[in-house]
Amino acid sequence: MNSSSKTLTIRSIFFLLPSWLLLLIFFIGPILLTFYFSFTNLALTGAQAQQMQFVGFDNFVMMFQDANFRISVVKTILFLLLSAIIGQQLLGFLLAFLMKEKNTTFRRIIGIIIIAGWVTPEIVVAFCWVAFLNDNGTLNAIIQALGMNGVTWLYTFPLISVCIANIWHGTAFSMLVFQASLDDVPKSIEEAAKIDGASKLQILFRLIIPIVKGSIVTNMILVTLQTLGVFTLIYAMTGGGPGTATQTLPIFMYNQAFVNYQLGYGTAISLVLLLIGVVASLFYIRSMKVQL
Amino acid sequence: MNRFRLEKTVPYIVLSLIGILFLLPLLWVIFASFDANAKQALSMPSSFTLTNFSAILSDPANIRAFIIGLFLSIGQATLVVIVGVLAAYPLSRYALKYKKPFMFSILFMTSLPITAVMVPVYQLFMFLNLQDSLVATMLFLTASGLPYGIWMLKNFMDAVPLELEESAWVDGASIWTCLRKVVAPLMVPGICTVAIFTFSMSWGNFFVPYILIQSPDKFPASVTIYQFFGTYGMVEYGKLAAFSVIYTMPAVILYLFSQKFMSKGFSFGGATKG
Repeated sequence: MNSSSKTLTIRSIFFLLPSWLLLLIFFIGPILLTFYFSFTNLALTGAQAQQMQFVGFDNFVMMFQDANFRISVVKTILFLLLSAIIGQQLLGFLLAFLMKEKNTTFRRIIGIIIIAGWVTPEIVVAFCWVAFLNDNGTLNAIIQALGMNGVTWLYTFPLISVCIANIWHGTAFSMLVFQASLDDVPKSIEEAAKIDGASKLQILFRLIIPIVKGSIVTNMILVTLQTLGVFTLIYAMTGGGPGTATQTLPIFMYNQAFVNYQLGYGTAISLVLLLIGVVASLFYIRSMKVQL
Repeated sequence: MNRFRLEKTVPYIVLSLIGILFLLPLLWVIFASFDANAKQALSMPSSFTLTNFSAILSDPANIRAFIIGLFLSIGQATLVVIVGVLAAYPLSRYALKYKKPFMFSILFMTSLPITAVMVPVYQLFMFLNLQDSLVATMLFLTASGLPYGIWMLKNFMDAVPLELEESAWVDGASIWTCLRKVVAPLMVPGICTVAIFTFSMSWGNFFVPYILIQSPDKFPASVTIYQFFGTYGMVEYGKLAAFSVIYTMPAVILYLFSQKFMSKGFSFGGATKG
């Protein structure tokens, strides 16, 4: 390269400028605004909409005294644990593991079915599951055909219902990640262990899992981050209810900012959500041995 | 011998069961969309009919919603690719001082939950008087898709050998010509992956337009479908199912197209080792 480093810098700035501008205005800007607005009493309507005031840590004090906030934190943790970590991650691994070395056509059919749930837009997923779990829906029809009484799933088990819908929607991602990483496990090692008399479970826990540990950790963080941001699915299925049964942090944030018009308070909740995301993202970056 | 056979068949049984459980909710939408008297429970339509589809497609409001959805998604995908390729070029080709922190912040932004920034984005849009603007919504979607786009495109560009460009320079080509005529054509699979992925994300996005767009006549399909099942009180199941099927089609078709490129995305863009 014969250009001097100065022209290189100028040229790179030119190349990077459009992306920088967009990111600054629409992404980094709002993140910085989150910090600022979360210390104000900004409202969507009324006097505070015109004259916003700096209120220091009031929003955060209010938040930690708010029983609804605590409920949301608990619901978010449950939602993450059940749907992301136990559901998607474990089921995704199980699917990838069981599908290994199976009949190709069979693999393909199961694969397509699982991926279909993932390709389906979230709002349609919500609609499918509302219908499926409805009082007169498919699930109750099956249960009644078996001679049992139907259940009002969305009212009796709302959190489980949204978790199952989220598992249905998200598992394919984990499955694909694990399929890719299981393909990287050298066959020869497995064969050698088999000849030495290792059982299937021993091969799984002593050999395969240690080898794919890296992708398990990375996938766990990614799936957690995705699930942390889930709004549409829960909002469309239960609206956060009944009561506060499925009120995760994104739903709580939405309700405070757009239903109760407390934008300042809503932003303070966003900030909490964002900080959880930041911590998870840092773990994510650390878990990836990035080569630039 | 029996135990051996059991070990062989159990995975097939387990997988088939999971497959059936996964299939049921989906089967319902497909069957209901062809059923004039669709109910909430899965049932074989007594006669397959296309009336639900024709009812949806003959309504200009629905067509408008699909076109707005296409405008947002195609616009976003195109901009992410163009702006992303531009940004990826110096990041891939030059030894820049700030490359490392820049790439790490890009990766960092990739994983931040967009949901968390929606309230401040709404405030920003109010402040700039951009609420209800489809173009501004598309620009925000572009920005939110850029971190992933830049990261992937940079990795794809790294795979294009520098020698090809060097020989083009010797022939007197400018950087621009090189980027357009040498680098970009060799990155077509990568560009397609990013474009398809960005399109699908945006096509399926409900939350962003739901917050940023106020007038019902500017809603993309993702928001109209929600209005649909809110206001109709889930009565017209067949129509709603037909709408869902039509709305889901672009995502499915693009997925099928992208399958051969997709596998690359799942090793985390070639960024993970071991």
